[in-house]
Amino acid sequence: MTQKNTGIWVWCETHENAMTSVSRELLSEASRLALKRGTVTCALIFGSDIALLAKEAVSFGADRVYLVDHPALSSFNDDIFTAILTDLARQYRPEIILAGATDRGLAFIPRVATSLETGLTANCIGLDIREEDGVLLQTRPAWEGNLMATIVCAEQKPQMATVRPGVLKVSEPDHLRQGEVISVECNQEWLTTNIEIISSSRSINTGSSNLAEAEAVVCIGRGIGSGKNLEMAKEVAALLHAEIGATRPITDEGLLDKALQIGQTGVNITPRLYIGFGVSGAMPHVIGIKNAEVIVAVNKDPKAPIFEMSTYGLVADVNEVLPAMLKALKGEG
Amino acid sequence: MIEAKRLQIVVCIKQVPDAKSVRFDKETGTLVRESAAAVINPYDLHALEAGFGLREKLGGEITVISMGPPQAMDALREAVSMGADNAVLLSDRAFAGADTLATTRVLAAAINRLPGFDLVLCGKLTVDGDTAQVGPGLACRLNIPSITCVNHIDLEKEAMLLTRTYDDGQDVVKVKLPVLLTVNKSLNTPRLPSFKGKMRAKSLQIPVWGCAELGLEPAETGLAGSPTRVIKTEVVSFEAKKEMLTGTVQEQVNALLERLKAHGMA
Ligand SMILES: Cc1cc2nc3c(=O)[nH]c(=O)nc-3n(C[C@H](O)[C@H](O)[C@H](O)COP(=O)(O)OP(=O)(O)OC[C@H]3O[C@@H](n4cnc5c(N)ncnc54)[C@H](O)[C@@H]3O)c2cc1C
Ligand SMILES: Nc1ncnc2c1ncn2[C@@H]1O[C@H](COP(=O)(O)O)[C@@H](O)[C@H]1O
Repeated sequence: MTQKNTGIWVWCETHENAMTSVSRELLSEASRLALKRGTVTCALIFGSDIALLAKEAVSFGADRVYLVDHPALSSFNDDIFTAILTDLARQYRPEIILAGATDRGLAFIPRVATSLETGLTANCIGLDIREEDGVLLQTRPAWEGNLMATIVCAEQKPQMATVRPGVLKVSEPDHLRQGEVISVECNQEWLTTNIEIISSSRSINTGSSNLAEAEAVVCIGRGIGSGKNLEMAKEVAALLHAEIGATRPITDEGLLDKALQIGQTGVNITPRLYIGFGVSGAMPHVIGIKNAEVIVAVNKDPKAPIFEMSTYGLVADVNEVLPAMLKALKGEG
Repeated sequence: MIEAKRLQIVVCIKQVPDAKSVRFDKETGTLVRESAAAVINPYDLHALEAGFGLREKLGGEITVISMGPPQAMDALREAVSMGADNAVLLSDRAFAGADTLATTRVLAAAINRLPGFDLVLCGKLTVDGDTAQVGPGLACRLNIPSITCVNHIDLEKEAMLLTRTYDDGQDVVKVKLPVLLTVNKSLNTPRLPSFKGKMRAKSLQIPVWGCAELGLEPAETGLAGSPTRVIKTEVVSFEAKKEMLTGTVQEQVNALLERLKAHGMA
């Protein structure tokens, strides 16, 4: 008789001995799903000197933490991470495995899924579980973001998905929560690899993470026009304590850094306030802003799609709006 | 090792709809093809170019493969006109509707049928599927390492020195062949087809392999061999409490700031 697969696993990516924000998002979501399904949430943490992270994982919802702590795991290695996760999944048979759709997650999770001969859905932006049979409902953009598709993997276990950072809600950590911590002995076989990491650098450029967590965001779209307007928009942002973000044409042209791109192929943001200057509201962009509490759009075209989803719309020219806003915000208006 | 060898390079390319030729109809929620234009997935052009660069340095042979409908032959001919030596089309009715797991099964079967391989090159992702899963999944089936998001390749005596970019940094890694790489656009600038290449592409016999040639059961491929299913699609719509502000620009701005203050935001 085959043993049933149980438990929702989250591969927790770490950065300098801290958990990345997408790991916290996934743990929060996994524990919501686990509650619905009546199962446990497990965190999988691979790294060097990571014992302290177990507590954090528990506070965000893990009932059990599998720690693989070894000096050889200090930087990401595709072969080694694949071997560990595949072996543990074979041994403990989870029902679901989730990971962040980050470059590292996307590098090795498909290898794990292929080894396990199971389905994998990339870049999800929403998850739910069907209570009766535990089927994971995985939502992701399709057709260049114009459609949302719900994807299932009903016949194979584990069900696997990568989820875009910044879309799932993080729960408040509960520091009193109790969980079981299992230290997994690092098997020497896992460490056999043809990949040698010569150097590994992580940018301290927190531009993207600031944006993902910002309370207010001023987004620059192609309608911004001139560099002078860009400077004014930055001033408006500063006065509103907002971070600057941009649409893809703006980062493609190099007007602003790639890390500031908002949307399907950029950062998903969850601010209280979003103001778009000269943003048309194309689907791949607005997917990334749909969790904003208040959306303000400034666009001279009354038919611009962004107005369909904005809380407040200003049909106006940015050339006039920006100076007027600056004046008003500085109290000269 | 790398020095002495004539490399056998396989490049995986996919034909995708030309973004410029499709329009989305919001009313019906369907993709309207203004024309049947299809192009090679942009990232795959960079994978091809990486192959050409390595062949120039080390000698060797480039085989392009693509799984797709009969039209995908055009993509293969284009790759040949750019300089690929051989091409194989992987096409069979049974392959339709494949997810990434089923796709890698077909690609791996095809690569294993080739005389041998040292290097497999893929794009970082496809612009239509947008999964970035096929490359690493294929490497797993071929039992070789994969390095994703490569944006620089250096050759050493025994190994390749690769720079890969991550969303938050970059690594330099050393890896021996055989290996599968997925490449970023910043790696190189793809060349255009040459006149000579175009002539060759016209006359080259490109074999088509299906289940029979690959020794695969139809049930392992396409939709039947795919564990994932799309059970629902919906047009994205957002609900918003919409208020269009009115008046002169100054009045609109003032009205906005008042409302933001009421939300505690300004
Ligand atoms: C697979 C895929 C992924 C993508 N991912 C992303 C993504 O992650 N993020 C993203 O942003 N895009 C993404 N895109 C691109 C996206 O489809 C749009 O092209 C892009 O969002 C449009 O940016 P925009 O609104 O700045 O420019 P446009 O669509 O050109 O809109 C400019 C707007 O400015 C207005 N305007 C012009 N002048 C003025 C003025 N003087 N005053 C006021 N308004 C003015 C115009 O009326 C217009 O509505 C993606 C596309 C694809 C195919
Ligand atoms: N049908 C296919 N035929 C050949 N190569 C493919 C196919 N689908 C994907 N690939 C390769 O895998 C890469 C990543 O694709 P994807 O996982 O769909 O984003 C592409 O850039 C191609 O190199």
